[in-house]
Amino acid sequence: MSKKNLISITDFSKEEYLKIMELSSQFEENPSQSLLKGKVIATLFFEPSTRTRLSFETAINRLGGKIIGFSDSNSSSVSKGETLHDTIKMVSNYADLIIMRHPLEGSARYAAEVSDVPVINAGDGANQHPSQTLLDMYSIMKTQGRLDDINLFMVGDLKYGRTVHSLLMAMSQFKNPIFNFVAPPELAMPDEYKLYLSNKGIRYFEHLEFNDIINQADIIYMTRVQKERFIDPVEYEKVKNVYILKNEMLANTKPTVKILHPLPRINEIHTNVDSNPKAYYFTQARNGVFTRMAIISHLLNLR
Amino acid sequence: MEKQLNVSAIKDGTVIDHIPTKALFKVVQILKLDEFNNMVTFGNNLDSKAMGTKAIIKIANRYFEDEEVNKIALVAPNAKLNTIRNYEVVEKRVVQIPEQVNGIVRCFNPKCITNAENVSTKFQIINEKPIEMKCYYCEKITYENEIKIK
Repeated sequence: MSKKNLISITDFSKEEYLKIMELSSQFEENPSQSLLKGKVIATLFFEPSTRTRLSFETAINRLGGKIIGFSDSNSSSVSKGETLHDTIKMVSNYADLIIMRHPLEGSARYAAEVSDVPVINAGDGANQHPSQTLLDMYSIMKTQGRLDDINLFMVGDLKYGRTVHSLLMAMSQFKNPIFNFVAPPELAMPDEYKLYLSNKGIRYFEHLEFNDIINQADIIYMTRVQKERFIDPVEYEKVKNVYILKNEMLANTKPTVKILHPLPRINEIHTNVDSNPKAYYFTQARNGVFTRMAIISHLLNLR
Repeated sequence: MEKQLNVSAIKDGTVIDHIPTKALFKVVQILKLDEFNNMVTFGNNLDSKAMGTKAIIKIANRYFEDEEVNKIALVAPNAKLNTIRNYEVVEKRVVQIPEQVNGIVRCFNPKCITNAENVSTKFQIINEKPIEMKCYYCEKITYENEIKIK
């Protein structure tokens, strides 16, 4: 039997996306399970990521599994010079599934080749972080009741932000999405993604700043504009306050609109938004546990 | 006549013609001609009607399968192969860019796992002219002007 991995969001079909949505919803209703009883899951974090690791480990605990692993490479044999190949080969002898985060791009795909057990990519450098995308989709599904016909605003760093790229690819599999990109020219959505949308006949619009058009949004997906992405610090100073979402800007938006953010947030969503019922980013993070329970169960053919 | 004198003729073997002058040593590297014991002669910066200047390689008593020689299309997309038997050209071939390229080219992305560990590269050719190749591992695209032989 061939093993399934989740390395890139495109590894899953539309049917699998929908299955993950359905499973996530079931796990949310009934979060204490014993599907992983007797199973050992490895969480290998070659670089620290507290949020993602805790979310995965909570998912494993809720499924009744046991965890082995490390939370940064200093406490692993990597610090002794062991190759990724050898670490994965060894761990795949011990565990039933490997969840890994690694600073190098492509490391997860390589690990999946080396490993005898399924691998979940919990982030490989700036490349992919598919469980984030699935939890974003689950948050959209849960709040809008559908994944078709979504008017999705993406705001901030659309050039380097891997979460927006993966979400764009995944949501393009559903009917009639409309994408609205709000970003400074330096951080605009790369041409390859715009070309991908054009080729599929999907509508998208680009904006340099927030305007009244956000009133049409079903989802506003905020990301952080990072200073270090700008070659010229003056350019950063010019735009740094343009992409901040404030409560008053939401006055005329749809009552059903939800604001998502992969977190951590710095200042791009004003704290006065937090108490607005349209703010959804903390619940979104909570949804991640159910989505990760779903991904693990799916890859191990337990559900 | 003069052209033939630039690089002496071979009795049997393969002539690779129409190599861009900058790509000569890359072709040598890809075909591992430096490890050959056969007689290998080459000329660079030769006059060419089509290309201005060009390079040419002649390899005695050695013939190439398509799969082997198509690898050079990455650096010499217009190269032509002449099979020589008894001083006569018995077959002419043009190289073709393969769909997949394994283990020849370095991924341009310094953060790619293939540049950090002993992992053979794998690329999907997503565009032929100019060449754009997508890394199987890091999913980044290496463009023609960034191609470096591993």
